[in-house]
Amino acid sequence: MDKIFEKPESIRDKETHYCPGCGHGIVHRVICEVVDDLGIREKLIGIAPVGCAVIAYDYWDFDVTEAAHGRVPAVATGIKRSLPDRIVFGYQGDGDLGAIGTAEIIHAANRGENITIIFVNNTVYGMTGGQMAPTTLIKQKTATTPSGREQKTHGFPLKVCELLSVLPGVAYAERVSVHNPQNVLKAKKAIKKAFENQIKGLGFSIVEVLSPCPTYLGLSSKDAVKWVGEELVKEYPLGVFR
Amino acid sequence: MPKIKIDPEKCKGCGLCVLYCQKGCIKQSKLLNKKGAYPVEIIEKDGCTGCSFCAIICPDLCITVYK
Ligand SMILES: Cc1ncc(C[n+]2csc(CCOP(=O)(O)OP(=O)(O)O)c2C)c(N)n1
Ligand code: SF4
Ligand code: SF4
Ligand code: SF4
Ligand SMILES: [Mg+2]
Repeated sequence: MDKIFEKPESIRDKETHYCPGCGHGIVHRVICEVVDDLGIREKLIGIAPVGCAVIAYDYWDFDVTEAAHGRVPAVATGIKRSLPDRIVFGYQGDGDLGAIGTAEIIHAANRGENITIIFVNNTVYGMTGGQMAPTTLIKQKTATTPSGREQKTHGFPLKVCELLSVLPGVAYAERVSVHNPQNVLKAKKAIKKAFENQIKGLGFSIVEVLSPCPTYLGLSSKDAVKWVGEELVKEYPLGVFR
Repeated sequence: MPKIKIDPEKCKGCGLCVLYCQKGCIKQSKLLNKKGAYPVEIIEKDGCTGCSFCAIICPDLCITVYK
């Protein structure tokens, strides 16, 4: 019998610290599948964020460093410019990329840096206890919006792909989701394209991944993926923005 | 005949594989594993089509699929 699905080579055989049903585990694996498919493991440098994925370097079996909160695109810029033959990618959450790191992501994108960003939008600050993120939905209850996010006080959910898509430095911006197997496969295609663009020297690529955080959505794993597939995609439509 | 293998000690019992197996091959066990999760187990060997949906959605790399 042939194995038709097994652990990618570039992920370590190690238990993660993620909660049951957390989307980070799926996204980590899909990145490794792409890395194996493209045969870029030896040339790859990843940058882990501050957030639940802060110790992604314990799970990925290739070179990975870590950046201060929100500074992944700046660190990626420096590494890519000094080692242009390496493939450099950043992994960021919505608090990391969309709150404290807004300036870094916008300017890296606007400079058209030849890097790849994987942006995991789970609508909350997972690591610090489920506080509101810029991507939290209106009416969504979080630790800091116990009666639900209110537009008047907290503003609107931040649409990162739409925002970046107007910048001429951006080669590719797509939003995908990992709430069911079919969408995980689509997410893999998008992530592959984002790496291929860098290999071809096309410039800045970002893939936003809608991802469940069952713990701070206060839902079971099953209800969390349902919520992503039914509610979150309404505010954050899937598709290619640039 | 396609089949899957589940690592019960790695499994966190999230149940996503159960949710997406269209053939009803997997169910949650009533016995805890060492980490205190209810892992999943195979209940219907013959129905498996090898679609790999269970493995594709598993956040914790617990499932291997054979064909
Ligand atoms: C400079 C700085 N400010 C604040 C923090 C606290 N902090 C750690 S993680 C985090 C937010 C993480 O949220 P997100 O990026 O969405 O990642 P997730 O955990 O949801 O994957 C914050 C505010 C920090 N570590 N450093
Ligand atoms: S808090 Fe949320 S994002 Fe963090 S590991 Fe748990 S489920 Fe995942
Ligand atoms: S491979 Fe498909 S049919 Fe077989 S157990 Fe997994 S989800 Fe079910
Ligand atoms: S998806 Fe993976 S971790 Fe979740 S119950 Fe199934 S085998 Fe266990
Ligand atoms: Mg987050």
